[in-house]
Amino acid sequence: MSAGTLYDKVWDLHRVADLPGGGSQLFIGLHLIHEVTSPQAFAALRDLGLSVRHPERTVATVDHIVPTTSQARPFADPLAEEMLATLERNCAEHGIALHGLGSGRQGIVHVIAPELGLTQPGMTVACGDSHTSTHGAFGAIAFGIGTSQVRDVLASQSLAMAKLKVRRIRVEGALQSGVYAKDLVLHIIRRLGVKGGVGYAYEFAGPAIAALSMEERMTLCNMAIEGGARCGYVNPDAVTFAYLKGRPHAPAGEAWDRAVAWWSSLASGPEAVFDDEVVFDAATIAPTVTWGITPGQGIGIDESIPTLEQTEPDERPIAEEAYRYMDLRPGTPIEGVPVDVCFIGSCTNGRLSDLRAAAAIARGRHVAPGIKAFVVPGSEQVAAAAEAEGLDAVFRDAGFEWREPGCSMCLAMNPDRLEGRQISASSSNRNFKGRQGSASGRTLLMSPAMVAAAAVSGHVADVRRFLGPPTDGAPSPTAPAALETAAIRA
Amino acid sequence: MSTTPFPSGPILGCRGRGVSVPGDDIDTDRIIPARFLKCVSFEGLAEGAFADDRAERADHPDGPHPFDRPEHRNAAILVVNRNFGCGSSREHAPQALMRWGIRAVIGESFAEIFFGNCLALGIPCLTADHESVLALQGAIAADPAAVLQLDLQPPAVTLLTGGEPRVWELQVADGPRRMLLSGEWNGTAQLVAHDAELRATAARLPYLSGFALG
Ligand code: SF4
Repeated sequence: MSAGTLYDKVWDLHRVADLPGGGSQLFIGLHLIHEVTSPQAFAALRDLGLSVRHPERTVATVDHIVPTTSQARPFADPLAEEMLATLERNCAEHGIALHGLGSGRQGIVHVIAPELGLTQPGMTVACGDSHTSTHGAFGAIAFGIGTSQVRDVLASQSLAMAKLKVRRIRVEGALQSGVYAKDLVLHIIRRLGVKGGVGYAYEFAGPAIAALSMEERMTLCNMAIEGGARCGYVNPDAVTFAYLKGRPHAPAGEAWDRAVAWWSSLASGPEAVFDDEVVFDAATIAPTVTWGITPGQGIGIDESIPTLEQTEPDERPIAEEAYRYMDLRPGTPIEGVPVDVCFIGSCTNGRLSDLRAAAAIARGRHVAPGIKAFVVPGSEQVAAAAEAEGLDAVFRDAGFEWREPGCSMCLAMNPDRLEGRQISASSSNRNFKGRQGSASGRTLLMSPAMVAAAAVSGHVADVRRFLGPPTDGAPSPTAPAALETAAIRA
Repeated sequence: MSTTPFPSGPILGCRGRGVSVPGDDIDTDRIIPARFLKCVSFEGLAEGAFADDRAERADHPDGPHPFDRPEHRNAAILVVNRNFGCGSSREHAPQALMRWGIRAVIGESFAEIFFGNCLALGIPCLTADHESVLALQGAIAADPAAVLQLDLQPPAVTLLTGGEPRVWELQVADGPRRMLLSGEWNGTAQLVAHDAELRATAARLPYLSGFALG
């Protein structure tokens, strides 16, 4: 049993009581809500005659259903309009802060809470959305929850939870140029499987993790859930504190020093005991792309779609289903697979550093003919920062559409969606059947830079070919001439 | 549709007419089709209960879906067969049944998540063997107006007719049974009840006071 880890310390501090069913009641320090999973929870609260226990620890935004072309009210979709209006009413009635459209702070819930300094080390965070694991990047313990649990947190600021085991994932070495946190997490899920993390919290540690920026750590923890882990976290360190300092909700003055001392005390110490440990070498990881219908069906850009014989026996039924659905032949190299739509955005990869990495590829090039490519910033703040440094112009000049913030085609609850059997290169997190709005639409997950490379190439391409020569002395990858189809502008 | 209040407090059983929806593996998509999920409240969900199955059966030579038959209006006890409630975990499924008027379900077996979602609403799901379920469904068909008395202690269902009452033994795991009997099936109530413990926990978390000096 784990002991002395950040997870154990945060669990103990937040444990309210033990419950008769065997679980514990866990205090939730920050409750994030949005328009999709909260309305029924508020209704249930009303049915029970209860009120919101800690409205000041509850923060709302609107992200899933907002259109990204025109955000003028009322929305064209009356149901979307009703969902937002309901959220506005519920927040007003219960005294909950809502970062709405045009406030300058609206955006995907997992993007705005960190950028506002709401997410802090040692907190417990809950949100009615499975990618709440994102907030673990700060050394918070963050869970995605269902609607009835949203009701529980509204009513009691707590949750009934069973304690998880803790697996440390140590990543040695350093990521190569052109390899990003997205590739790292796709690689981890590929190796450990989409169910590998069931029953675990993932602690990400080691030199390669320490070297990640906060935004990269968020990408990593965001997808812990896709590996089956209910939450994932990185111990807070100087990188965490530097990111938080000066943010609107971060402590200031003397409180800042006390906060840093407390946060530091929560990190897993050298004596920490883990239930399990897995080690990866960052240097061996290539840009990674999914070819199938689960985030675990990923391969390096220089690999071919695995054949049935190369697939573990218990993975074969889902592989066969993926061959059929994706209409990709086993044994085909993933590089060169044509795409129709390129989407850069989502809570996984819709932050400023993601847009910079993609813009670096798009700059001076142009989206290949017939490809629809669009960029959806993760929040109004991300959009403003990107526009301030001219990234919107870089994208527009390259033939990408520059949109308003929201979840967009990550799950297509708004008008952004695939049509028919279209195949997308997507910086989002789920490649499930039908996820991007068409019952037969197909999704290839990859890093934002890889999406940009696919957009200018018209097919899946190795982003490393688009970067300057590596500075670490490693041999520069040589491009097969046939694949150099990117339209370079004069 | 029912006007009986939603479950609250200790649940010792319930009494009412029965309605059978026969068939194995009836999934939550059939109990409440996906299009009813784009909504802001569970309130209107009663209309969505079995909506597609009901539409399909509207002009069926064998007559409408059981939920559309006048003799089952206000029925409180749903009798089903094997693996009822499988598929998506949507909480909308038991919500739709509850809002239609169902207060207990008897079946050969239930999908685990559906069972848990029902429990959280105070709707007991009890099991009986294949023959008993068929006999119960037959009895409801023979006399839809007959009243069923369902008890949790011991778990059994009794058919109250003019003549000799008929009794079938039922099964339910001890944990859920105790939660229903004690009224502790409502997870929210249990959490809210720990007011002092919640305050004590909040008091030891420095970030709740903005790291002010204690
Ligand atoms: S961007 Fe996608 S995964 Fe993230 S919160 Fe929105 S819908 Fe969920």
